[in-house]
Amino acid sequence: MSKPKIAVFSLTSCEGCSLQILNCEDELPDILNHVEIVNFREAVSNRSDDYLIAFVDGAVSTPSDVEEIKEIRSHAAILVAIGACACTGGLNVMKNFKGLDYCLKRVYGDKANVFKTIDAQPIDAVVKVDLKIHGCPMPKSEFLEVVRAVLVGRKPRIPNYPVCVECKQRGNVCLWLKKKTCLGVVARAGCEAICPSYLSGCVACRGLIDEPNDNACKEIMAEFGLTMEQILKEFQLYNGFYPVAKESK
Amino acid sequence: MAKSVEINVHHITRLEGHGNIKVRTKDGVIEECQLDIVESPRFFEAMIEGRSWKEVRHITTRICGICAVGHGLTSVQATENAFGIKYSKQTDLLKRLICHGEQIQSHVLHTYFLAAPDFVNAPSVVPLVQTHPDVVMRALRLKKFGNAIADVICGRKVHPIGMGPGEFTYTPTPNELRDLRKKFDEYEPDITATVDLFASLSFPKFDRQTEYVSLKDDKEYPWLYGQVFSSDAGAVEKNDYKKIVHEKVVDHSTAKHASNKRSSYMVGALARLNNNFNLLRPEAKAAAGKLGVSAPCHNPFMITAAQVIETAHCFYDARDVVDQLLAIGPKPEDPLTITPKASRGVGVTEVPRGILFHDYTYDKDGLITEGNLVIPTNQNLANIEDDMRALVPQIIDQPKDKITLMLEMLVRAYDPCISCAVHLLNVEFI
Repeated sequence: MSKPKIAVFSLTSCEGCSLQILNCEDELPDILNHVEIVNFREAVSNRSDDYLIAFVDGAVSTPSDVEEIKEIRSHAAILVAIGACACTGGLNVMKNFKGLDYCLKRVYGDKANVFKTIDAQPIDAVVKVDLKIHGCPMPKSEFLEVVRAVLVGRKPRIPNYPVCVECKQRGNVCLWLKKKTCLGVVARAGCEAICPSYLSGCVACRGLIDEPNDNACKEIMAEFGLTMEQILKEFQLYNGFYPVAKESK
Repeated sequence: MAKSVEINVHHITRLEGHGNIKVRTKDGVIEECQLDIVESPRFFEAMIEGRSWKEVRHITTRICGICAVGHGLTSVQATENAFGIKYSKQTDLLKRLICHGEQIQSHVLHTYFLAAPDFVNAPSVVPLVQTHPDVVMRALRLKKFGNAIADVICGRKVHPIGMGPGEFTYTPTPNELRDLRKKFDEYEPDITATVDLFASLSFPKFDRQTEYVSLKDDKEYPWLYGQVFSSDAGAVEKNDYKKIVHEKVVDHSTAKHASNKRSSYMVGALARLNNNFNLLRPEAKAAAGKLGVSAPCHNPFMITAAQVIETAHCFYDARDVVDQLLAIGPKPEDPLTITPKASRGVGVTEVPRGILFHDYTYDKDGLITEGNLVIPTNQNLANIEDDMRALVPQIIDQPKDKITLMLEMLVRAYDPCISCAVHLLNVEFI
C-alpha cells in the first residue's frame, strides 16, 4: 500500500507552525515511515499537486493568498489549518483595526498605492477547513494527535474546555489574583496552560471554546479595573476577526 | 563565450518564506538579476503602535518562528534601555544561555537540513534518512538539544514565554540545569562530528569582498552586547545604528533593502566572524582550522561553514554558562517593579541570521507610539543580488540547471528568513 501523500503550505505567517513539525525531532523519522511529504517548501525541494492531506499555516491577507488557498483546497481531500494565523487570523487581524490605508502609508509613505493587501482573515473565511490545530504556535502534541487520528480515520481529540481547567490541574495560582490580565476562562485549552504557568496571562491564541461566556469574562475584567477599550484590545490580539473583539454587549 | 540564459526559480525551497530568483542574460550581458521577495505583508510596526510595553515582546516574537528567541531578547533589551531597567547576573546568564540555544538550533537546522542536501545532490534531508541515517539522527539530536535549552528557560522555543524586560518569570531549578549539563557531555561528540562532516564537503569557490556589519565587543564574541560595527566605517553606539543602517525601498522586493558605504553590506555568521574572529573560543578556532576558514573570508558560500564554527562556539560557551549558573545557585528572584516613562529604547542583538534592531518610542503610560524593526535578512538582500551579479558571469558557460543550483545554493547560504524580512511590504508581480 502506498503511503498517503501530505503537503505543507504557508500563507501570511511566521512559519513557526511549519517549524513545529520539524521540531517533532523524536517522531519525525517515524512519521516519514507512514507518510510521503510531497510539498514542504521550508524543508524540501520536491513539489507536487498530488496530495491527500494539506497542512496550511498562515492567514489569508493578500489576493495571492486567496488564490493559493483555493488551489490547495481543490487538490486536498483533507485540509488542516495549523496555528492561530490559519485558524482565527491570529495576530495579523490587528492590522485590520489600524486600517489598511494607514498600514500601507505608515510603512510605505508616498508609494502606498503600489502595494496590495486585504483584511487578514482565517482560512475558513475563504474555503472549507476540515480540521483546526489552534495555537501560536500549535502544540506539537496536538499536531501528532491529528496526524495519528487522520491516518487511522478517527476524529482527533481536541479540547473544548477552557484553559482554566488545565491551569487548575497544574496547581497554578490564578493570575487575576496577581493583578495580571488572563483570558483563560474562555480560551480553548490544549496548551497545558503554558503561558499562565510561566506567569504570562492567556491571550486566547487557541481561540475561544465553542460556547464561551465571554460576557461574564468581560464583567470580571471590568471588575478588575479594565476599561472596555482595554478589554477589547486583549481580544483583538488573537480573536480580532470575531464579534467578541468588536462589540461591547 | 557570449551566452543567453533565462532562469526563473519560483518560490525557492528550503528557506524560510517566499522568494524567487530571476536572471536573464543576453549575449553574455546580464539584463536582469534579482531576488524577488514575494512574501505577504505583516505590518508589525503598525500593529505594535498603541500596544503596551508588557505585550510588545510577545507580539514581536511572532515575527519569526525560527528566531523567536532573538526577537524576544532584542525586544526586552529595547524596553530595558527605554525605562533604564537593570538586571541581575542570573538574568544575564539566562539570556546568554537561551541565546546560545537558539543559535545552535537555528544553525543546525540550516546547515544540516537546508544547506547540506545540495552537497550530496539530494532534494531534501528526507532521502538522507535512508542513505545517511547516522547524520540525520545526529542533526535531529542537536536541533532538539538547542530547543531543549529554550524549553528549560522559557517553556518553549517557538514563541518563548517567560522572558520579560529585566527578568525571567521562571528560574530553572538546579536539577533541571544539572540534567542539561549532562547533555553537553552526551552531545559533545556530535559537535566534533558536525565540524568534521562539513570540513569534508567542498564549498563552491567564489570571492567578493563587501562591507561586513555586526556587533563588536572588545571582550567577547558578541551576541547581546557591544557596539554596532562596520568593516568599512568603524563602530557606533547602538542608539546611533541609523548612521550605518540605511534602509530603502526597491520595486521588486516586499522587503526593504539596506546599505551603507557600498551598494550593499553583509550581516550574519560570516560578518560576525570576520569582525570578531579573534574572540572565538579556542574550540571554535580549532573548528575554523578544520574548515579552512580564516578572517577575513570573502566567500559567501562559507556562511554555512561560519555557522558550523559558531555552533561549536555557542555549544562550549553555553556549557560554561550552565556551570556558572550552577555555581551561583539559581534562585527565583522577586518580580521587578517597572515604571514606564516617555522614552526611546533601542535593542540590538545578534540573531542567527545577523544583527537585529528593535527601536521603540514609548509614551508616558508605556504605550508604543512608534516602532522601527530592522531585520537581518533585509540587510542581506542587496548583498545577495550583488553576489548574484558577480557570480553569474563566472558560471555562465555551465549548463542551465547547474547555474540554477549554484544560485539557489548562494541564496540558501545566506539562510534568509523572509517572513522576518517582510514585516512591512508586499508587491504583486505580474
